Amino acid sequence: MDKMTLEVLRTGGRKARYELKYRKGMTVLDALVEVREKQDPSLAYRHSCRMGICGSCGMNIQGTPRLACQTQVSSLGKETIKVEPLHGMHVIRDLVVDIDPFLAMHTVVRPYLVRRDLNERDRSDREYRVLSEEVARFLQFDYCIMCGLCYSACPTVALDPDYLGPQAIAQAYRYMADPRDEGWKERVDLLDSAHGVWRCHVAGSCSFVCPKDVDPAKAIQMARVEVLKRRVLRKMARAGSPLVSVAPSGVPKQGTKAPPFDFPREEAK
Amino acid sequence: MVEVIDHDVVIVGSGLAGLRTAVEVMSAQLGKTPSLALVSKLALMRSHSVAAEGGTAAVLYPEEGDSLELHAWDTIKGSDFLADQDAVWKFVTLCPEEMRQLERWGMPWSRKEDGRIAQRPFGGHSFDRATYAQDKVGFFEMRTLYDKLQEFDGWSRFEETFVTSLVIEGGAFKGCTAIDMKNGRFVYLRARACVIATGGAGQLWKFTATSVSTTGDGIGLAYRAGIPIEDMEFMQFHPTGLIPTGILITEGARGEGGHLLNSKGERFMERYAPSKMELSPRDVVSRSIMKEIAEGRGFKDEDSGLSYVRLDLRHLGREKIDSKLPFIKELSMKFVGLDPVSDPIPIKPTAHYTMGGVPVDGNGRVLDESSREVKGLWAAGETACVSIHGANRLGSNSTAECLVYGRLVGRDVVKFLTTKQEDPSGTASPDVAREETRVFDGLLRNERSEEDVYAIKARLKEVMDRSVYVFREGAGLADAVKEVRALKERFKGVKANDGGRQFNYNLQDVLEVGAMLELAEVVAQGALNRTESRGGHSRLDYPKRDDANWLKHTLARRTENGPQFSFSPVRITMWKPVERKY
Repeated sequence: MDKMTLEVLRTGGRKARYELKYRKGMTVLDALVEVREKQDPSLAYRHSCRMGICGSCGMNIQGTPRLACQTQVSSLGKETIKVEPLHGMHVIRDLVVDIDPFLAMHTVVRPYLVRRDLNERDRSDREYRVLSEEVARFLQFDYCIMCGLCYSACPTVALDPDYLGPQAIAQAYRYMADPRDEGWKERVDLLDSAHGVWRCHVAGSCSFVCPKDVDPAKAIQMARVEVLKRRVLRKMARAGSPLVSVAPSGVPKQGTKAPPFDFPREEAK
Repeated sequence: MVEVIDHDVVIVGSGLAGLRTAVEVMSAQLGKTPSLALVSKLALMRSHSVAAEGGTAAVLYPEEGDSLELHAWDTIKGSDFLADQDAVWKFVTLCPEEMRQLERWGMPWSRKEDGRIAQRPFGGHSFDRATYAQDKVGFFEMRTLYDKLQEFDGWSRFEETFVTSLVIEGGAFKGCTAIDMKNGRFVYLRARACVIATGGAGQLWKFTATSVSTTGDGIGLAYRAGIPIEDMEFMQFHPTGLIPTGILITEGARGEGGHLLNSKGERFMERYAPSKMELSPRDVVSRSIMKEIAEGRGFKDEDSGLSYVRLDLRHLGREKIDSKLPFIKELSMKFVGLDPVSDPIPIKPTAHYTMGGVPVDGNGRVLDESSREVKGLWAAGETACVSIHGANRLGSNSTAECLVYGRLVGRDVVKFLTTKQEDPSGTASPDVAREETRVFDGLLRNERSEEDVYAIKARLKEVMDRSVYVFREGAGLADAVKEVRALKERFKGVKANDGGRQFNYNLQDVLEVGAMLELAEVVAQGALNRTESRGGHSRLDYPKRDDANWLKHTLARRTENGPQFSFSPVRITMWKPVERKY
């Protein structure tokens, strides 16, 4: 292959075709840059880091939401590459979409460590002790670069604009699974709502398109377990069951005898 | 009509330094929460700090043998004695608190077996003090601070808003003008305090680790506002930029035990730095690589024409690579299709970090040409030149600087807000109308540009790669200065060809390239002036450090005829300069 065609869906539904010379190792982003710099300076798309970590260049490439910077043209096996703005989002210009509603959902789930004692949290002379296996329980979900691909791919988001969406739920779970966090109850109540975890149909498209292997679909399933646990705990509390004290709230530890997460953490010396 | 928007504080730039400053300002216990505008030409989580990989330096466990003195000494020796030593001392004393503060805000630091925060070796540090979270340290730090900021009300997002000028009157900051990219509106952001935190200028070079947005905007803004900029000839070339794009392969790869190999399969660092080997400071390693290539012991990439050496991680084994360097594996596989578990990585030095920048005092307050503070104006992070890094920054000291200085500046801004000041309202400065004319009438006219802005940008990068790279010499630098001046002339014929209002990136490119040309002139001319070799500035025709004549900072002030240079002394408070050997 020594030449290629980029077919871009531009504002107003116009399909623009650009003929380009193909270079070995060329990414879809490289092709877009070449179009703006050599053929059409009015072509609008976002980009920044060129290395798949800033999350700017999410777009629909050959029918699938992808990051343009890490999509090799050669991997698509076609000479004509079709590029469109991310579906399910309001298009502002060409490939630039409005990501504000998506980012707002992230903020809703309280994406930060919740601690009851703020003085203790903001005191910085010691760290909490956290074991590597405890970090491993939430680290994968912290890989999220907020590119919005999962949000765009999610069939539920398309039908329910108030649905929290895979990204936000994964982030809620990321903090719930963090042994340092004490916001389990508040987040569970937020997720156990009409637009929360139960809206997910387990289509799995979020995890399929995620460019950083965050696996939001898994996070949603794990979050559901937490929600159910809280419901059971509530019921037992109402019945006055003595079992309440042995069923810890919070994400369970696997195979360790450490206390549940909403107990104060031991501090390093 | 220009829309005027008032805030207490405007932060320009939303990378690590900008976010850390914002968190500090918002956490302030004042009677009323200050109103804060967080301005970025990108969306907030897109800043290039997310690409910092290997670690953040801090003395966390002095009981195990590390000390603040040692961190300070390593930093000063690494700087080739151009760092201001009092600033370095203040910096190293605050690093440990920042690591632990971030930990308490949710940072997923990698851990030692007993659950304490883990640290790894890094170039030029004589103790394992690069605090890390796998090999995505900057990314996780950004996530932590962005997430932390979501806890606060009272700050506004000015995302995708491109600042075009700073308005300074009577030695005090008044406001900044900006284009809201989302709708093309020209706005005047008026504030009592402003913090510039827009990062470095790596995009002056073609082979660079930096994002396309790292165009030195904030340094250019200060320069155009009449503030002299400091030590711009000192650019760091990171030894391991991935062929062919220059994106970063972390120093942590060598910290974890990676080797550099030439085409004969030799660990050539033995020849240049037998004690520190691959973990020498970056300037030393970059020069060694370029010497190997110059002497014919490199490889050549046929497709790009670039020469390179190899970074070999194979002996680390799959398990260590997967757990400690997963991002390096991901980058290698996605961008050059090789797995570092079984293949060495092709690398060469890549433009990485701007040691110079906007001169500031110990609290980050911007200094004018007579070293008086500009009231209400701060700079933090890579944009600023404190100077902690002098002629060569040590790896893992930059993210640390962003955090420490973000906090210091945040605190100082809050203190400043509690002092009595005149009311910022009143009519907008005539500078605002002048700037609107420059941008909208000067650059966005509905006529075809006589010159191609992208051709100018491409040529600039070629010139910088060719003559202002790891090794420099007089003739090449003089040539570069001449070429950059010619490009500046050509730039006068540039207009934005796109007339659109929303997301007119063509106009943004024009504004960026205009500033890049001015900065490139300062870099090249400053490098030509400095007839010695020190840290990241290495002259083939002046191979020795010359403390008698050049133990001083360069200051470049803008005039209509190009930069005018002066010098300021280095503050030496702890250690006298000695020969630098590794």
